[in-house]
Amino acid sequence: MRPLRYVRPQDPEEAAALVAVDPRARFLGGGTNIVDLMKLGVERPTRLVDVSRVLDDTVEETPAGGLRIGAGARNSDVAADPLVRARYPVIAQALLAGASGQLRNMATTGGNLLQRTRCLYFQDLTKPCNKREPGTGCPAREGEHRGLAILGASEECVATHPSDLAVALAACDALVLTSKRWLALDELYRPPSDNPHRDTMLDHGELILAIELPPSAPGLRSRYRKVRDRASYSFALVSIAAALDLEGDTGAVRDVRIALGGVAYKPWRASTAESMLIGSEITTATLTDAAEAELEHSSPLPDNAFKVTLARNLIVDVLGELAAP
Amino acid sequence: MSTTVRPLSVGASLERADARLKVTGEARYAYEYPVEGVAYAALVQATVACGAVESIDTSAALALPGVIAVISHENALALEPVEDAELAVLQSPRVAYRGQIVGAVIAERIEVAREAAALVEVGYAPEVHDVVLRDDHPRLRRPETVLGSPADTDEGDIEGALAGAAVTVDERYTTPAVHTNPMEPHATLALWDGDSVTIYEASQFAAGAQAIVAEAFALPPANVRVIASHVGGGFGAKGYPRPPMFVAVMAAKLCGRPVKIALTRRQMFPIAGYRTPTAQRVRLAADSQGQLLAVGHDAFVQTSRVSEFVEPVAFDARSLYRAENRATSHRVVDLDVPSPGFVRGPGHVPGSFGLESAMDELAERLGIDPIELRIRNEPDIDQESGLPYSSRSLVACLREGAERFGWPRPRRREGGWLIGSGVAAGSFPCFQMASSAIARAETSGRYTVKIDATDIGTGARTVLAQIAADELDAPYELVDIELGDSRLPYAIGAFGSMGTASWGHAVVDACRALKARLEEYEEIPEEGLEASADTTEALEAPKQYSSSAYGAHFAEVRVDAVTGEVRVSELLGMFGAGRIISPPLARSQMLGGMTWGIGAALLEESLLDARFGDYVNSDFAAYHIASCADVERLEVGWVAEDDPHVNPMGSKGIGELGHVGVAAAIANGVYAATGVRIRDLPITPDKLLPRI
Repeated sequence: MRPLRYVRPQDPEEAAALVAVDPRARFLGGGTNIVDLMKLGVERPTRLVDVSRVLDDTVEETPAGGLRIGAGARNSDVAADPLVRARYPVIAQALLAGASGQLRNMATTGGNLLQRTRCLYFQDLTKPCNKREPGTGCPAREGEHRGLAILGASEECVATHPSDLAVALAACDALVLTSKRWLALDELYRPPSDNPHRDTMLDHGELILAIELPPSAPGLRSRYRKVRDRASYSFALVSIAAALDLEGDTGAVRDVRIALGGVAYKPWRASTAESMLIGSEITTATLTDAAEAELEHSSPLPDNAFKVTLARNLIVDVLGELAAP
Repeated sequence: MSTTVRPLSVGASLERADARLKVTGEARYAYEYPVEGVAYAALVQATVACGAVESIDTSAALALPGVIAVISHENALALEPVEDAELAVLQSPRVAYRGQIVGAVIAERIEVAREAAALVEVGYAPEVHDVVLRDDHPRLRRPETVLGSPADTDEGDIEGALAGAAVTVDERYTTPAVHTNPMEPHATLALWDGDSVTIYEASQFAAGAQAIVAEAFALPPANVRVIASHVGGGFGAKGYPRPPMFVAVMAAKLCGRPVKIALTRRQMFPIAGYRTPTAQRVRLAADSQGQLLAVGHDAFVQTSRVSEFVEPVAFDARSLYRAENRATSHRVVDLDVPSPGFVRGPGHVPGSFGLESAMDELAERLGIDPIELRIRNEPDIDQESGLPYSSRSLVACLREGAERFGWPRPRRREGGWLIGSGVAAGSFPCFQMASSAIARAETSGRYTVKIDATDIGTGARTVLAQIAADELDAPYELVDIELGDSRLPYAIGAFGSMGTASWGHAVVDACRALKARLEEYEEIPEEGLEASADTTEALEAPKQYSSSAYGAHFAEVRVDAVTGEVRVSELLGMFGAGRIISPPLARSQMLGGMTWGIGAALLEESLLDARFGDYVNSDFAAYHIASCADVERLEVGWVAEDDPHVNPMGSKGIGELGHVGVAAAIANGVYAATGVRIRDLPITPDKLLPRI
């Protein structure tokens, strides 16, 4: 048997310090992913530092009029929070589209962002995987990759990030506060060309403390839509978090946010499409052009090429709906 | 079999006999029996698909505190060969498939056993493997038989009929490998006492397991006792022993300790059996009036190198519809893959997807309603056996189902949803196999029926008590059923939809014999009074009738025009299955089968990675079974069917029926909704999206 130490620190600072000094220590939030990975042998920590009792678990309005979500807030609580539901419905929708009621009751906001890919090879110790064991190779490219990345992937890794929440947060321009610094959510994830075994830019022992959302523009309408094989309890084939604000008089796009899930190692902010749409009118043609420009540089594999069509359809359909009076 | 039981308890909605045990957690499953000094087994599995074990280094594993032994082919107990070579566990260094058991660690605790199993270093001499089923695979062969029936049939002149027909269908259909995944994994607890062994087993057939263990371990059958008191689902996968049971029995012998083993969910995929993928060619020919002239069904399936199992895919086509010219064939290829086996609705489930999709295609080409087409081709006798039907309610299922469902429902669009409806037929034969039972009258006024039946969650305790109660003129509450123990009177297993028929027959006979004895006594003697019965002789008489249960499924399906997502808004199953002994239990059976049908149509697929040779989506996050949200409106209906011939209860097996035909009904609904015909299950967005 492998001995495992379970530690309850007094505060986040102690938690971060405990992990920082021990390369085989891991933070434990809701445990909905790391415990599974431990059972599979993918994660083999010798020390678990339970941060679920020391992290802020509240949702508070910021002085600027945005929201601050404590990293310890459970997914269920965030999804049910009146401020989140009123001002950032896309976040509540994304949370409720993920996992199951039981898992959402346990999973924390910070842990949700740090969950690991569900790529089949990553979870199977009998097969190579660059993300699990650097340098062993990536069998997914020629194997089962229907659920994997079409954007931003590398020769070394085509994993997707599984979070729904992260996609909605990306569309909301969320900032991440860690024990060391502020980062934009978009900067949290590390491109797979650079050490695919490291999912994020965080240092070992760096702890996410909170998520901060800038104020939501009053006219901004948002929506999360997740496409999946079964009606619940499955990861996105492709998902979209979209927000749209139109000029009252001309109907031209004042603000638009598009983030795609299930297509890359991170929530894919469709900035090419966004910049094409700013100032223009929303029509099927403008949306299709923007979506196709965004996806022009996608590099699908044989079994996930459908995701390109799916992503395009979602951009056109969901933005079209948001634009409808 | 002129007399049938008078229903009183039978047909009533009574409380499930083991309801209280189940909801309080008192019902004990194989792995849960507390035993002093038990040790735990964990498996070492092959990481090549073909080849041989060259070396095994157990030093690191043995050095771990708490490890009792590491067993491999080098030190395993020599077993007598049994027919299923899958059960020659650790008898040779050969590796027949990836994930095969090449070793086992026995330890004081399960955590230690698992850790040590990961420390066993196995060296392989790998060979090139061949793991992909193709309908043009050069090594396809005709099996000697398919489950005892001819592999091929050929009546009339199918080629001629096809050539001259007004309308034909000639299409290729495929279904994926699927795994049963009962909630309770395969689990065994083995305890030796001298030359006798007691085995608590997750089994659908205790006596069958007893016989095979006795044979392999060279023991008199009386020295082997198999107990399967409560079993958490089987779906075919627990019909006969699987290798882990042999590991536990062998390890308990070698270590001189009781040994427990339970498969992890991931281990279920290579070890517990699955339904072979299938490729099918279906050919139909009809005249312009929709009279079928020819039915052809050719099936291509896989089996493993160690175990021959040929899925009887084309059996349905032999008799479901009337046609003068009929040809069916089965071809199988031995691959370096895990061993396939029985899965709920063997043959009929994948076969009906091909046949009933093709019938839908034929109806469209003819411009005839698909229900009308089926009714026009209703046979009056079983054209395969030449026997009359004891009863056959397919037409009634179609007609009454159509009325209830409101068939036909025209294609429509609601917002982004494309909506259409599909129908398909299903059938499953009525089997019965010899079984025996003892019925006892106690002085307390209670009755006990003893029979080695198995209750795999379906409610055998309840229905057998109902049957016995009516036969004994006793209230249901006064009848106790003892089952799930090979020391009880022999009975066939809970499979093939034949449990209730086979056991019920023996119970009826035993109760009748007891009643006759009771008439000889003024009062019940102190030691009680008992009588036994065995149906072996009764079942030897040649069959006078052909008997099957029938059903019709009606599905309303919606497809998202933007994403290709498919959801089943409504599913109605109408069934004709003789007398329904327990309406609530029967309904549960059908709901379960239909729900699995949603999975078969839209979700379930075991993905084989050809380079490694194993099924890679081996957990419930990646292997999708229907979730609650996938099940919207599900309805079960029964047509009245009085069958005086099938068995003394007038009942037909329903374990498989609810699952047969669902996938085709949904696929036909997808076609109605979108105009896209998917002939390759499951129907997922990646297949639909490029075509809608």
